[in-house]
Amino acid sequence: MEKQAQQRANLLQGTLDMLILRTLLYGPAHGHQIGKHIQRTTNDFLQMQHGSLYPALHRLERRGWVASKWETAPDRNREFKYYRLTEKGRKQLVVEESQWKLMAEAVARVMWPAVPATGEES
Amino acid sequence: MKWWPSRKRHAEFERELRSDLELEEEEQQERGVSPDEAWYAARRAFGNTTLIKEQMHEAWGGASFERFWQDLRYAVRVLGKNRGFSATAIPVLALGIGTSVAIFAFVDAALIRPLPYADPQRLVHVTESDPPGPVNISYLDYLDWKKQNTTLASMDVFTGWNMLLSTPTGTESVPGERVSAGFFRTLGVAPLLGRDFHQGEDTLGAPGVVMLSYGTWQRRFGGKKDVVGQSLKLSGVSHTVIGVLPKGFEFALGSSPQFWTALQPDNSCEKRRDCHNLYAVGRLKDGVTVQAAAANMQSIAVQLERQYPDSNQSRGASVMPLSEAIVGDIRPILLLLLSGAGLLLLIACVNVSSLLVVHTERRKREIAVRGALGAPRARLGCQFVTEGLVLVVGGSLAGLAFAYVTMQIPSRLISKDLMARMPYLSGLELNTHVLAFAGILGLLASIVFSLTPILHLSSSDMRDDLTEGGRGAAGTLWRRIGGRLVVIELATTMVLLTGAGLLGESLYRLLHVDVGFQADHLSTLQVRLPGAAFPGDPQQVAFVRRLLPQVESLPGVRAAAITSLLPVTCDCTTDWVRIVGKPYNGVHITANERDVSAGFFTTLHARLLAGRYFTDAEDASKPKVVIINHAFARKYFAGEEPVGKRLGDPTLSPPSIKQIIGVVEDFKDGGLDGEQLPAVYYPFNQSAGPVFALMVRTAQDDQTIQPALAATVHQLNMDVGVEQGSTMREQINDSQPAYFHRSTAYVVGGFAVLALILSAVGLYGVIAYSVSQRTREIGVRMALGAQRGSVYKLVLRQAGWLTGTGLAIGLICSIGASLPMRSLLFGVQPWDAVTLVCVATLLAIASIAATFIPARRAASVDPMQALRSE
Repeated sequence: MEKQAQQRANLLQGTLDMLILRTLLYGPAHGHQIGKHIQRTTNDFLQMQHGSLYPALHRLERRGWVASKWETAPDRNREFKYYRLTEKGRKQLVVEESQWKLMAEAVARVMWPAVPATGEES
Repeated sequence: MKWWPSRKRHAEFERELRSDLELEEEEQQERGVSPDEAWYAARRAFGNTTLIKEQMHEAWGGASFERFWQDLRYAVRVLGKNRGFSATAIPVLALGIGTSVAIFAFVDAALIRPLPYADPQRLVHVTESDPPGPVNISYLDYLDWKKQNTTLASMDVFTGWNMLLSTPTGTESVPGERVSAGFFRTLGVAPLLGRDFHQGEDTLGAPGVVMLSYGTWQRRFGGKKDVVGQSLKLSGVSHTVIGVLPKGFEFALGSSPQFWTALQPDNSCEKRRDCHNLYAVGRLKDGVTVQAAAANMQSIAVQLERQYPDSNQSRGASVMPLSEAIVGDIRPILLLLLSGAGLLLLIACVNVSSLLVVHTERRKREIAVRGALGAPRARLGCQFVTEGLVLVVGGSLAGLAFAYVTMQIPSRLISKDLMARMPYLSGLELNTHVLAFAGILGLLASIVFSLTPILHLSSSDMRDDLTEGGRGAAGTLWRRIGGRLVVIELATTMVLLTGAGLLGESLYRLLHVDVGFQADHLSTLQVRLPGAAFPGDPQQVAFVRRLLPQVESLPGVRAAAITSLLPVTCDCTTDWVRIVGKPYNGVHITANERDVSAGFFTTLHARLLAGRYFTDAEDASKPKVVIINHAFARKYFAGEEPVGKRLGDPTLSPPSIKQIIGVVEDFKDGGLDGEQLPAVYYPFNQSAGPVFALMVRTAQDDQTIQPALAATVHQLNMDVGVEQGSTMREQINDSQPAYFHRSTAYVVGGFAVLALILSAVGLYGVIAYSVSQRTREIGVRMALGAQRGSVYKLVLRQAGWLTGTGLAIGLICSIGASLPMRSLLFGVQPWDAVTLVCVATLLAIASIAATFIPARRAASVDPMQALRSE
């Protein structure tokens, strides 16, 4: 059980930044929402480790790819720290996405040499 | 700078985390989970919030410093709380590090720092050699060597002599050095002020020139620049001051001279090829090895031997690095001391490591709890490293203080004369070398002390530690490792204490050896007649004939005499003699030679065995006479009557023939521990000299008479130099063998005391920890009716077993170790029972003292409390 979680965490390394940026493309969100979104979208395949999520958010903020602000949530009468994608972050997302694509294609070519990269999942 | 923003950041993150956590909780409730359940569920979903915070911290950076600060405060708290542990570990560490650092400071001062001359590795010490050892070089040989050699860029000679300096308070005898003109250029030392000797100023008839040492310039001439060009009288001869040597210039093979004059070959010795009174230094040519230079000099020596067979028979040449000549004797001693100190440090470190193992063992549960609460292993490791660092820093600082105090000892212990021969010891200090060495030791110790608990813990399972609760195992472990260690320590201590005891007893026996005369109530004074006013024997004899009655008329003086060399000085100033009428095969007799006044033997209270003493009337106008000692008579007149026989020099030249008129019982001319050599005593009136010692037998105190002696000499002639007033007892106590035995006894004694402390601390540590581990067991025993006495017995039995084993092993090792030490001992056997019993008793008392405190603690255990504490 614990071992499985570790494997997932490893999978997330390096791609977590990209996933966060992509999530924020829909609009500002707070940490909990981001985590939940990624988890839900992947059908709970990617378990959100809060110990990685928050440091990642703060790392992105320090690099200027996201900005943060305390705002009141529309459905709850309480303030949350909302993260918002900056212009710089938008560009970074494009860079990361294309890099990821190249990476995925390269990996796919090695793994399934005969099948085209766009092939159906078996 | 980081504190405030970081704290703000902290608070903000805390708020963010809390708000998200609450949201999760609300969402759980909305899903229909009960409020209590939701609280837990939210926390489960988030995981360890403390850990998240710490990970956050790490991401921010700068956290490592904060964490280190946290660990540091915690480490200090832990050490402060475990006072027994830190009060044992830090002093033990301090002793180990301090000793090593202090000894290293000696090694650094003597062996590592290069000689303070230009290009010192090319400097060599050149001597003649007369098997078995190197000896001085004669002036004429020096000239030939200097001219003919092809391996030295330059070669110069030096010799010490005492000069008489007229000062407003009377004539003083001051140490000086005569050197050939190129001496300072060979060393590569330039004068601070004025100029060096010119070539040719060291030839006969050249005007007298002198250079001042820095200290003399400051002390006698007030450091004034216009001293250059001034003229002053040295031993009645006018000299012009031409320069001042730089501050800190020392020449260890000299006698810390105040004045340096150009060596003009003007005394009789320097006109004879067989009179050796000089030492030489040379500078190797580029690329020439010491061996090549030695071979070159040896071939010249062989050639000179062929050329001058009378004076140069079997005289070779010896060349060695100058540094070797200066520190060669002391190197093996220092290296031995350094390894001894290393051993001590090792024992100290092992001691502390074992304490640390037990300390860790007791904290196993705490560590396990921290691990269970989510502390990563690396983080726990960091904590141990920090604790090790705190321990080592504390130990090192205390150790440096200890080293500093230790390093002050030699300057107090070593006589001024000896210090002059080891000037490098005056440079003893906590310099960067020494501090760097201390740093390296500290670093190694920190590595050991941080790895010990980490390795110890990595082998154990966290879950076991949690359940076991840290009881029992530590005691067994410590008893196994620590017990064995303490036995080794006790045995080592026993060996060292025995060595110190034997050496101390040797020193006592040496100082109480029968010198063959009555050494108390004997006061002495060195007298030096200036050559200008007292050019020859008649004037010198006349002065002594006036001086002695004057001295004897002083109140409190029973008898007075003079001698060329005082008893218990050295087996030096020997004469070659040949007995008339005995077969001679080229082997001459070497005997100590002393020129003494008529009253010498009666003043000493020596014992006459045959014949008679000299009379004052026996001077140059009478037939020549000689008195020999018993050793001479025994060796060369076995079964014969020596009185009436005649002696001469090896060629039996008529003026050298003397008749033996008496035989005296042996007394110590030379060292206290030396073999009795044959000796010949000539009447001063027939064999005078400008330098002699006045010797006075006093009725009462032999110290208070000294100013009166000097005053009496100066009353007769203001220009006569006097120096080194001392009593015969002082002279015996300060003599070379006494000094040697005293210093070895002190050094070994010092080590022994340190070892004693270490082993007592080690024993205390083992017993104290064993008691603290067994508190519960003791409580149970007492609750079941055990008396305090039996608890004492329980603890003391364990200590007694360790001490007994240590002593038994130590006893065997002591005898084994003392046997090779036999040559250092005087008048005492290596298996001296009294010493062994005393040492064993001392060690046993120290062990009991070390055990008593924990035993008392064990006996005062309150059974109820002990049982409740678990």
